[in-house]
Amino acid sequence: MTPAYLLRRLGAIVVVLVIVSLTVFGITMVLPGNAAVMILGEWATPEQLAALEERLGLDRPVWAQYFDWVGGILAGDWGTSLRLQLPVAQVVGDAIANSALLAVTALVAVTLVAIPLGMLAAIRRGTGADLGIGLVAYVGTAMPEFVTATLLLVFLAGPSVALFPAGGFVAPGESVAGFLAHVALPAGTLALVMTAHIARQVRSEMTDVLGSDYVRAARLKGLREWTVIRRHALPNSLAPAVAVISLDVGYLLGGIIVVEEIFAWPGLGRLLIYALENRDLPVIQAITLVLALVYALSNLLSDLVIAALDPRVRYA
Amino acid sequence: MRELLRHPPGIAGAVLLALVAVAVLLGPWLAPYDPQAFHPAARLQGPSAAYWLGTDQFGRDLFSRLMHGARATILFGLGATLIGVAAGALIGVTAGVTGGWVDSLIMRILDGLLAVPDLLFALLIVTVLGGGVQQAMLAVAVAFTPGMARIARAAVLSIRTREYVLAAIARGESAAWIIGREVLPNAVGPIIVEATIRVAFAIMIGATLGFLGLGAQPPSTEWGLMVAEARQFMFRNPFVVAVPGVAIAIAAMGFNLFGDALRDILDPRRRR
Repeated sequence: MTPAYLLRRLGAIVVVLVIVSLTVFGITMVLPGNAAVMILGEWATPEQLAALEERLGLDRPVWAQYFDWVGGILAGDWGTSLRLQLPVAQVVGDAIANSALLAVTALVAVTLVAIPLGMLAAIRRGTGADLGIGLVAYVGTAMPEFVTATLLLVFLAGPSVALFPAGGFVAPGESVAGFLAHVALPAGTLALVMTAHIARQVRSEMTDVLGSDYVRAARLKGLREWTVIRRHALPNSLAPAVAVISLDVGYLLGGIIVVEEIFAWPGLGRLLIYALENRDLPVIQAITLVLALVYALSNLLSDLVIAALDPRVRYA
Repeated sequence: MRELLRHPPGIAGAVLLALVAVAVLLGPWLAPYDPQAFHPAARLQGPSAAYWLGTDQFGRDLFSRLMHGARATILFGLGATLIGVAAGALIGVTAGVTGGWVDSLIMRILDGLLAVPDLLFALLIVTVLGGGVQQAMLAVAVAFTPGMARIARAAVLSIRTREYVLAAIARGESAAWIIGREVLPNAVGPIIVEATIRVAFAIMIGATLGFLGLGAQPPSTEWGLMVAEARQFMFRNPFVVAVPGVAIAIAAMGFNLFGDALRDILDPRRRR
């Protein structure tokens, strides 16, 4: 891992962000009705519209508007939400924090559940446990989040069962128990799909490693099976799992959109749907950029973690 | 094909796909009732001899609605994937064959687009185009294009330096002939595998858009829309959401299993 490599990767992320910003800016440019129409409503007179367009700079060339927008973002001015009449940075910032809580809870749950499940499936290969885990994994990847979420709601939050609240948000600072109760179903929905991916990956990797010569050597040395797995097999099975977890961050960023909407979780996904419904352009642009940045950073982070876990991997 | 039958997940996938195909091809004739007919005396019922999978909030027969909705749901997935694969293959093959700065430029742009999650991409495009089945299909196709282009390019790059391609270049064949007769037929395997698995995603995203009210519109019996319309009543009769939800899962699982089996069979390195 050389500093030059790190710099090059960060440079690539900047290029990605420029392309995403051009794309999302282009998309919002072709949307019918500009910001002035959004603010004044459809009954505004042409004079009012022209005046506001001039004030907002909408009468200027497209490239000038793009550079204004990007310059504002770099300077920390993300514009004003057209609907909420609040600074975008504040609205999106609050939502990021709430989404991060949900995403991190889901990721922690997945790591705690999926890696042991994948190990179990590999160790007990061909048994009922293995088949069962494989089946759940296939079902998990084939269910869209809105189906999983709806079924979880029906069976765990219905009026007759009422194990969990059907939606809403309680900050962990307010009440830890309340937070956990509210986060359980949305995080569980997201975790189910990711558990399927990661358990399958860990299983296939662990199966390969358990058949390798060095595991055989460790067994012949007379080590207990558990020691062989923990010391020799597990560390070498984890690097690919980390790669899949980071790919799943991309999945997670899409998944939160639907899950937050269903469970009324006040995060980026719910805000995005609200902004799309109301054509709140500055908010749409900001959320898209944030999601792309998080995704690009998580890819970089996973490469760094893989390099740390596997001494054979060297980036230059 | 014979190898497929020796592959247990492949068999499971083929069976599920056969079920789905029956629903798509024969659905309207298998349905015992009109999917829009109200049966006010039999609202929100569980499965019975008269209504095999129960009824919804208007007493409409869920089995009949499921059968009629199969086309809207599955053909959406197939159509979106087909357009996405065609566009992606065109871009990927162009990049792979041309090489040089064109290739670099296309790849940088694809990397940028790949940093946007598929669902978010589809949502942005639907916002531009407006809700509706065709718009949603186009949105999913556009969202799939960068990923498909990447895979097509990788497939082309691995073939471009093979002897038979070099031989064709040495013979002085035209670029179109080399791409059409030498490169494409050999690059098509990975593209087909990826496309099969993508159909599952397309079905799921299509149903999600329908669920969010941005895809199929009432009175369509598209499965995602069925879940959305019945959500208010799900605590009184879980079947109203479970039936279309499980149907989506069966269809997606069929394409997933089938695609995985195809990959194992077409990729000699994975063959055991």
